[in-house]
Amino acid sequence: MSAEYYPHLINLAYVVAGILFILGLKGLTHPRTAVGGNLLGALAMLLAIVATLLKTKIIEDYTWILIGTGIGTVIGVLFATRIAMTAMPQLVALFNGFGGGASVLVAGAELVKNIRALTLDSNGAEAAATATPNVVADVAIVASGLIGAVTFWGSLVAMGKLQELKMFKKNISLPGQQVFNALLALAALALGVWLVSDPTNMTAYWGLVAVASVLGLTLVLPIGGADMPVVIALLNSYSGLAAASTGFVIDNNVLIIAGSLVGASGLILTQIMCKAMNRSLTNVLFGVLEPGGAAADADEVYAGRVKSTSADEVAMLYESAQRAVIVPGYGLAVAQAQHAVRDLMDVLESRGVEVEFAIHPVAGRMPGHMNVLLAEAEVPYEKLREMDEINSTFPQTDVTLVIGANDVVNPVARTDPSSPIAGMPILDVDKSRTVVVVKRSLSPGFAGIPNPLFAADNCLMYFGDGKQAMLDLVGALKEL
Amino acid sequence: MTPELLGSLVTGLTIFALAVFVGFEIITKIPPTLHTPLMSGSNAISGITIVGAILSAGADHGELAFWLGLVALVMATINVVGGFLVTHRMLAMFRKKK
Repeated sequence: MSAEYYPHLINLAYVVAGILFILGLKGLTHPRTAVGGNLLGALAMLLAIVATLLKTKIIEDYTWILIGTGIGTVIGVLFATRIAMTAMPQLVALFNGFGGGASVLVAGAELVKNIRALTLDSNGAEAAATATPNVVADVAIVASGLIGAVTFWGSLVAMGKLQELKMFKKNISLPGQQVFNALLALAALALGVWLVSDPTNMTAYWGLVAVASVLGLTLVLPIGGADMPVVIALLNSYSGLAAASTGFVIDNNVLIIAGSLVGASGLILTQIMCKAMNRSLTNVLFGVLEPGGAAADADEVYAGRVKSTSADEVAMLYESAQRAVIVPGYGLAVAQAQHAVRDLMDVLESRGVEVEFAIHPVAGRMPGHMNVLLAEAEVPYEKLREMDEINSTFPQTDVTLVIGANDVVNPVARTDPSSPIAGMPILDVDKSRTVVVVKRSLSPGFAGIPNPLFAADNCLMYFGDGKQAMLDLVGALKEL
Repeated sequence: MTPELLGSLVTGLTIFALAVFVGFEIITKIPPTLHTPLMSGSNAISGITIVGAILSAGADHGELAFWLGLVALVMATINVVGGFLVTHRMLAMFRKKK
């Protein structure tokens, strides 16, 4: 076959890679097939990389490519093998940022290349232009730079917040924040238009990247920890869109396919998260949770009605129970209590108690966070129930143990239309015969409102650190 | 815009639109239990920009393009290698059953 066929064969390899990406994602639809699906995705990536290396027959020297991938591989492996499962949201945010950053730089390199083609002749001397401007590539370069820079900086801020770095602790929001962001977006657009109308203007591109970087920072800085599931999902979507637009820049189909798959995935997750919080995306991104005017005062809600309990008492409760539900929240991750909770499940099951876990969609700091933690502790995934599935079973549940969750079990969401969380779908734990809440104190959750569940007749507060509380409880159960 | 350019744009948009729909169809079927691995796995897939980075770092378009490409290559490789590896680590936990 003559060399003319060569580029087409490489494109064929890209199509195969695209198909493998799709099949890989399809594998993720079931825990049994998921490992294979992920490997298929990795295989697709390898195929795309090898095809690209063959394509670059223009290069005589692979040294720097080897060095670059070598450094990246070492760093990637270190992160991936050392990270604790509780810190997964931070890691995903960081990787996300790298994806966005790579898009910015590739688009920049491509712009350099295009400018050279427009201003230099084949001998590298400045002469009459030999190429014509490529509007499609220029628009795509603008999109990659804009989305990529927002993704990069937004993800870094999100990572800082998830890691609870001091400098990101406060949800900084400046007065006139929205106006400022709108102005930044307009400035970015103007710079983009400038670049498209003057495609040899490198300044316009880096100006655009600078403005988009500030925008990435100011968009995420005001957003609080509990809204992080939405932010990460959205940034995930952006990193895909950035890759897709880079595909338009270098006219490469596999980038477009893979990028749009990821873009769609992130968008769906964003939508699911918003729905689970009963908030619109605009509300999460630009709104602040208003402290509901009619929200009851904490003292009024709790006054003299909160009953505190101990490990021995809870163990007694379990002794006569037939069905128990455990509701994990972010506090479980903070206390690293997943293994202790698993021990509790084992002890209860050995005593003939039916145990299930109720997972609220926004429990934790990223979609599915609790599931991963419990999987790490080897809790079988069949025991993890989604909110819609398990809510109808609470009236038949003898003991529900809430550990490290607050707003997602606050009955106010159902009863008080003026509450800031009104209408948010919650786990109806208050309908079970007894609720035990493991918590350090009566402090409010992210929504900043008191939880009448804690003062309910069927609720007992088991104060303490999540992990220690579980260990004590398991100990008490074993002594029975 | 030349006719060839318009042609390649339309082809690109066709692929984009179809892939988005395929993405929506598949992703909505993924159970919430696997949403974290889905995010880290799809994250790794978005590292496909590595293809562009290799082209930029490998082709001779001057020093600036080379350095941009090289840094992009390192970032994208971290994204790809780390992403797939950590996803594998997580998924292996889901499979672990006695």
